[in-house]
Formats: sequence, C-alpha cells, structure tokens
Amino acid sequence: MKNTADVIIIGSGIIGCASAYYLAKKGVSVIVLEADDSIGNGGSSRNGGGVRQSGRDPRELPLAMWGISHIWPTLSDELGTDVEYTQKGNLRLGKTEKDLKVLQNLTDHAVACGLDVRMINGKEVREINPYLSDEVTGASWCPTDGHANPLTTTLGYFKKARELGAHFITGEPVLKIKKEKGSARLAVTPDGVFEGDRILAAAGYETRLLTSKLGADVPMRGKKIECLVTEAEPPMFQQMLGTAEADFYGHQTKHGSFIFGGSTGLELFGQPDGGGAPMSTSIGAACTCRGIMKYFPALSNAKIIRTWAGWTDPSADGIPVIGQADGVHGLYIACGFTGHGFGIGPAAAYSIAEMMTGGKAPVDMSPFRCTRFKAKI
Amino acid sequence: MIRANDRSADIGPFIAADDDDVIICRCEEVTKGEIRKAVHSGMYTLAEVRRYLRCGMGLCQGQTCGRLVKGIIAHELGAKPSQLEPATGRAPMRPTEMRILGSEKR
Repeated sequence: MKNTADVIIIGSGIIGCASAYYLAKKGVSVIVLEADDSIGNGGSSRNGGGVRQSGRDPRELPLAMWGISHIWPTLSDELGTDVEYTQKGNLRLGKTEKDLKVLQNLTDHAVACGLDVRMINGKEVREINPYLSDEVTGASWCPTDGHANPLTTTLGYFKKARELGAHFITGEPVLKIKKEKGSARLAVTPDGVFEGDRILAAAGYETRLLTSKLGADVPMRGKKIECLVTEAEPPMFQQMLGTAEADFYGHQTKHGSFIFGGSTGLELFGQPDGGGAPMSTSIGAACTCRGIMKYFPALSNAKIIRTWAGWTDPSADGIPVIGQADGVHGLYIACGFTGHGFGIGPAAAYSIAEMMTGGKAPVDMSPFRCTRFKAKI
Repeated sequence: MIRANDRSADIGPFIAADDDDVIICRCEEVTKGEIRKAVHSGMYTLAEVRRYLRCGMGLCQGQTCGRLVKGIIAHELGAKPSQLEPATGRAPMRPTEMRILGSEKR
C-alpha cells in the first residue's frame, strides 16, 4: 500500500473529502486517513443540511458568501452527484419581542457585511410559508440561503477525489503526528507510518488530540446534536428554517421527507460515556417534535421514521480554525466548525487547498488563525 | 471484520448484468445495478451505500432489503456478508406520528 504523498489528510468528513478533491484537481498527490470504517461518518453525515449565510458570525460570513456564489450553484455538475442544492431562502423565525431583538441584531451585522437579509413581519412570513402558525410574529429573511444533502455532498466529494487519484484508507486511526527535521511530516497509525510534505488535520474534535501535542491546541469541546426525519410528505415548502430560540431547524428534502434538528438544553453535558458513538435519546426527538408542532401544527401527523445523533466541535469563540498552524511547519488545521460547518465546508476546503499549495484564498482567512485564542487577563 | 479499507484497491471493473434493473429497496426504489455501481464508485460499507443511494432509508428502514443489500455489496467486494458491519438501526423502530412521539402524557 502506498504510504507517501504530497499531502496527508486526517479525517474524511466534508473538509477532508473536499480538500482532497481540490488538491487532487491541482495535481497534488493525497492520502486521506479515516479512523472510522465509513467515509464521512461524523458530523458531515449527521447535520441538518443548511447552506446559510444569515445568522452567521460576521467573521465567517465572507467565506460563507463566497461559497454560495462560487461553489454551491454548480456543485452537482462538478461532482457528478446530485447534492440537492436548493436556494430558496432562509426564514429565521421569532415568536416574542426578545426573539425579534435577537434576529434584528443578527440581521444588522449581516447587512453590514453586504448580505441581502431583512426583517419581515408575521403576515409576510406566512406569505412565504403559509404553513407557519400564528404564533410566529416575525422573521429574518435571506433569499439567497438554502439547503443541500450532506450525505451525497460528502460522498460526492469522496467519489470525485477518488476518481482523480486521491487515496482513501478507512479504519486507519492516526495515533500521533510526528515531526521530522522540524516539520510535521509523519502520521502514525497502528499499522504503519504515512509520510507527506504537509499534513492537514481535519478530524473534528479529535483534531485537538493530535495537534495539541505539537503545541497547536484549539480550545473546543464535543457537543451532541440530535436530528430526526419524517416519512416523505407531499411538497410543502422549499425554504431552510431556523428559529431565534434555536428550538428547531430544518427543511423538506427533495424526496419529500422533513429533516429537523433541535436542542433539549442538555447538549453541553454529552452522554454517560463522555464521548464515543453518539446516541440519540428518548427525550431529544420528543422535545424537537414539540418545538416543531408549535410552529407547524400541520405536521402533527407526520410520521418520524428515524432519529440520530452526532458530535459537533464548538470552538471557544464559535468560529473554526482554518489554515497553517502557526509555529508548526508543515501542519495545517481545519476544525472547530461549531455545528455550522456543512454549508461553509466546500469554501473552507477550497481555501485550504489554495493555502497548502502556495496560492491565495478567495477571502481574508486571518479571522480563522489558531493563535487567536488568548487568556482573559 | 473485513479490512476492505483501501478504497483504491482493485475490485475489478463493473460488469453490467441482466438483473441490474431488479428493484432491491422497494421503499426508495433502488436497483441492484445502482448498488453494484456504488460499490465500484468507492462505497464499501452499508452506511455509505445507504447514504449515497437512500436504500434502507424509507418507511421500513431497511428491514425488508437490508440482507439483500448486504449480500450484493459483499459479492462485489469478494467478501462474505458476515464480514460486513450491518447498517445502524435507528429509533423509532416503527414510523411514529410527531404528536405521539412528542406527547408527555402518561
């Protein structure tokens, strides 16, 4: 088995697969090492599929906007896989005065960054989506937001990268990254050693376990999310939905089922084993159902056919680390996407491929430097 | 467990077969040929094939076709079905209305 390449990528989520694709497209040889038996088995296959700009931190907004104008519209054709990208807008719903203040604040920040997003009242919300209950008194509306299928997007990048010669090895956990002559070059697994001129660590929370030993620690933690999906229903609406209260988010997929995620308020406390395979709970989906029914009484009889859970990797300041690890030659990091990494993933991966080959990222990447975390005093 | 972990390993070319248009997953209408092609595109696990094609993601959640899909993938990889990890079962085991799943009444 080949064990040397220009670039070794650790992790086969959307960042690992898409970076492999953009690097392979430039003629760079790539080996992707995945600890799990399946490609993209972490958050990349477990999220709600939002491709949003609104509601984002202003520091990551330029990258999100660039991806939505330059990558997403043509991605299905580029990968030869239907990623089900649907650009029909995002409604972030509010029911109380407090909600509307939260939404106004997010909207003001996004408008300052040049995004077309505005506040609308309850009547205007129901003109866009007539199924919403009268409890909804307002929303932020961003017409260029949307959603896509995270499963086919991640596997589509994998498939295309593999066609271009990127070498993927699953069931191959990296135990440590080793330096050689001052540069991070070696990825050590139970079966052997893989060597590259540069290493990209893109393994979600687990990235921290590998890079901290080289002096590049990213302050983040594992936080569980839970999602559910209904049986296929007749087409009702095409927008991506979220709420100011974050009690649920989701959309109707191309084949008709609704995908919703939600929160119980207990996510910060993980699960009894402290990590491991994420398990959906008896309270998670039930709580999300109650949240949804307050907004969509018409969905009360929709049948839930599946629930699942996944780990997100919230960073200390809520945006990812993307780029070269300052002080560790040869090491690049992409993690800490904080639960909103899917929509921004392709643009992040494109930028990583540019940075790793001496090119220039399409937007200013300095907000994502890993040295930005400071002590409070 | 099978170590089908090198996704560039040579499993031979995809050769079209007479029964490729047989529907294996009835809920999502996925054919045998589509499953076989997915394996040759690099999808070596049940989880990957399920996510890529939707087989086993419909109303019955793969309770009807799961074994067939596993057998087809194993055959393409030149492995035994017992060497493949099954797809993860997900709650609820039967489709359940939102108003019932979300009810707190005892």
